[in-house]
Amino acid sequence: MAKGGKKKVPALNASSMADISFLLLIFFLVTTSMDVNQGLARRLPAPVPPDQKEDVSKEIKERNLFVVKINSLNQLLVQGEEINIKQLREKTKEFIVNPNNDPNLPELFTEEIEGLGEVTYTKAHVISVQNDVDTQYQAYLDVQNELVAAYNELRNEYAKQKFNGRTFNELDEEEQKLVQKVYPQKISEAEPKNYGGNK
Amino acid sequence: MAKIRRSEKREMPALNTSSLPDIIFMLLFFFMTVTSMKEVTYKVTIKPPQATELTKLEKKSLVRYIYVGTPTDEFRKQFGAETRIQLDDAFAEISEIENYIVNERSAMSEQDQGLMTVSIKADADTRMGVIADIKQALRRAYALKINYAAAQRTSY
Repeated sequence: MAKGGKKKVPALNASSMADISFLLLIFFLVTTSMDVNQGLARRLPAPVPPDQKEDVSKEIKERNLFVVKINSLNQLLVQGEEINIKQLREKTKEFIVNPNNDPNLPELFTEEIEGLGEVTYTKAHVISVQNDVDTQYQAYLDVQNELVAAYNELRNEYAKQKFNGRTFNELDEEEQKLVQKVYPQKISEAEPKNYGGNK
Repeated sequence: MAKIRRSEKREMPALNTSSLPDIIFMLLFFFMTVTSMKEVTYKVTIKPPQATELTKLEKKSLVRYIYVGTPTDEFRKQFGAETRIQLDDAFAEISEIENYIVNERSAMSEQDQGLMTVSIKADADTRMGVIADIKQALRRAYALKINYAAAQRTSY
């Protein structure tokens, strides 16, 4: 056995390696899904104790309240006016900012915010979304989406103006908090009611 | 004159496939990173609604899902064509949501409990009455961080 000359190690046959990895690949293709989990993040209000009645509209002045109603046919009624979903964003932005100090739009407060200086903003505004039991989910989400978009646009505009051209997402956490203070998201949701429509 | 020699069979050199596994593995890793495991098998059909202002759900372990839609064909006979709710792998009633959320939360570690997010995966045609009931149940269970699952809108 002890022969001179080195014996060559025979090459491992790796031709089935490709098959094995193909198998793995196909397994993963089957068991996984491509869709990324994303969505509209929202926060629900804390539950009301049962002995207390749920009524928020009482303490809010009428000018500070922005009412969006969606009926069972997915039509919009905003501040008593029938509008298209595409107009909602502009209308919401106008309501939140109140650029001309309109007495029908929310009250403007001028306050000193640390890190921003003197800021004039509508502190007390509330957006109220009311929907029907028969409203389509997509229509409801469209409205939510436009409202969030209005806030996001305003925050971006403000961030660009205050923090030399950076968008809201590019700011660090502290700065984001400051911008959020100026434009706090105040979207309240009432319980669904039956507003007309077929029953 | 050139003669076509046929008798002498020239053998094709074997193709070197030693790098094939590497290529496939690369593909495999690519798919492993960009895709996510299916959480459950759907028993309801869900065509997600569309929206533009989307945020990604970050920590998978902190997210619980509520599926809302009409039963798939195989369950249609048993459960009808009305909108149903699916929790984990089974159909559920709205009254069970509260319990489910509380149980799931108590299974989490203490510092994660406040960060739990509930993602509502509902079909775009669902009526809001069902969604509102779910929302009320989530409020009672103190699961206030919610997420309406939606797909990126490509066109208006």
